Amino acid sequence: MKVEQISIFIENKSGRLAEVTQALGESNVNIRALSLADTSDFGILRLIVDKTDLAKDALKERGFTVNKTVVVAVEVPDHPAGLASILTILDTGTVNVEYMYAFVERCGGNAVIIFRFDDPEAAIDILTRNNINVLEGERVYSM
Amino acid sequence: MIWNDEFETLPREAIEALQFKRLKQTLERVYATVPFYRNSFKQAGVTPADIRSLDDLRKIPFTYKQDMRDNYPYGLFAVPLDQIVRIHASSGTTGKPTVVGYTKRDIDMWSELMARSFAAAGATSTDVIHNSYGYGLFTGGLGAHYGAERLGASVIPMSGGNTQKQMLIMKDFGSTVITCTPSYSLYLAEALAEEGIDLSELKLRVGILGAEPWSEAMRAEIEAKLNIKAIDIYGLSEILGPGVAIECIEAQNGLHIWEDHFIPEIIDPSTGEVLPYGEKGELVITTITKEGIPMIRYRTRDITRILPEPCICGRTHVRLERLSGRTDDMLIIRGVNVFPSQIESVLCEIDGVEPHYQLIVDRDGNLDTLEVQVEVNEQVFSDEIKVMQALNNEIRKQIKDLLGITCKIRLVEPKTITRSEGKAQRVIDRR
Repeated sequence: MKVEQISIFIENKSGRLAEVTQALGESNVNIRALSLADTSDFGILRLIVDKTDLAKDALKERGFTVNKTVVVAVEVPDHPAGLASILTILDTGTVNVEYMYAFVERCGGNAVIIFRFDDPEAAIDILTRNNINVLEGERVYSM
Repeated sequence: MIWNDEFETLPREAIEALQFKRLKQTLERVYATVPFYRNSFKQAGVTPADIRSLDDLRKIPFTYKQDMRDNYPYGLFAVPLDQIVRIHASSGTTGKPTVVGYTKRDIDMWSELMARSFAAAGATSTDVIHNSYGYGLFTGGLGAHYGAERLGASVIPMSGGNTQKQMLIMKDFGSTVITCTPSYSLYLAEALAEEGIDLSELKLRVGILGAEPWSEAMRAEIEAKLNIKAIDIYGLSEILGPGVAIECIEAQNGLHIWEDHFIPEIIDPSTGEVLPYGEKGELVITTITKEGIPMIRYRTRDITRILPEPCICGRTHVRLERLSGRTDDMLIIRGVNVFPSQIESVLCEIDGVEPHYQLIVDRDGNLDTLEVQVEVNEQVFSDEIKVMQALNNEIRKQIKDLLGITCKIRLVEPKTITRSEGKAQRVIDRR
């Protein structure tokens, strides 16, 4: 039920994002979803790709600092208050959301949101108990 | 005013005759008493007897700061410890400090040279000298203090820090001369303005500023903001401490180096070749009267040139052009001595951080700025911004705790800091 995400440390200077995407392209890795968090000096690029290990190796080879983290992909009803209902469930379950971002593709009629939790196991447990659909990694990578 | 009329205005030939006589005595003494010098002379195939003129000095090998570290702590002392009455050391919390010792006569000579320096800066026995150089292992505080007493002035042993108190005392005690770093003098000027203390409430008229490199632009600013004459003073603990050379208030153009006690040479730092007067290079100093720890052809790593032209003040000793840089490993940031190795030790103590770093020193307005670039590896990298910011804050706090200065931490990608085969270039000084 968990999804692997790679994160890349990127200095705030021109051309770095292009280099990341180029490296992935050359390794025939396809980006499924991404989010970029930035400060004045650096950014952290988070990616869900179709071939996680291959992508990680390709970027490491180019000298990037890369980490792999576990995130959770959640189906969210695509209507007003859809996301709110899920966050309320998480909140009552006292699970912390570190950050989240939206998936480009939809799953059936639903949106897909990537969540980074402090405790992914607990989060998955709460979500499934509340009949929220949590997507399998394999499913996400090939979306 | 000239403090020691006899020696400060000696004719050229007399200076050189005196230098040669004292040089010979010094060389013979170190050859006999300091194994390090005996070995280095022998390796160069030279004995004191081979030195038949001042020009022959170039046959003698250089002495480097590393030699002091290698002979830590007392290896270069030329007298037994019972004749040493004072010990100073350069700061070096992690790297070994360099240690210097003074005999009674050395302290006497130092006091004389500092008194000459005060006089050259226009100070007299009627002045109230506000000494804001740090007292302690650092030579600045005590060096200036003894000179001020020798001059007969009233010296206030302020030491550094506690600006509120400095301002109060300066105002109430009627300080007329301040000794501190140039950057502290500006800091003080700003603090006085903030406090609403008008310059007319102060009696300050001269600042004797040193212990860090500064520019003519900064002088103009200090003189305007404090309404004083700002005088550049030069010294280094290996040679003596403050009072090796100083500008005269008459010319404020070049620092007279006391040639009856020191022989200055300018060399090409890469070849070691001695350069003629007027050419820019590394300053090399030989002490010719010091007893405790004589230094023979010491590589100061300070870049300057020797100006031999006669000076309007009447002193015959040559002048050093304002020092334009230091190839030294030590940085002086806001008056604080910073060794790259200290930053390195901070980084090494933080879990996962590798000592791949670079220090960028710059000047923003009049304030020195330090940026520490640290490479981010997988161990410290996190996908969460807050974790990275915590790392940033942790490094900054540790450096602040150790050195007392605030710096900016910039996390950079791995391998962005240039690797070098030999000595890493840890420092980029843009000041």
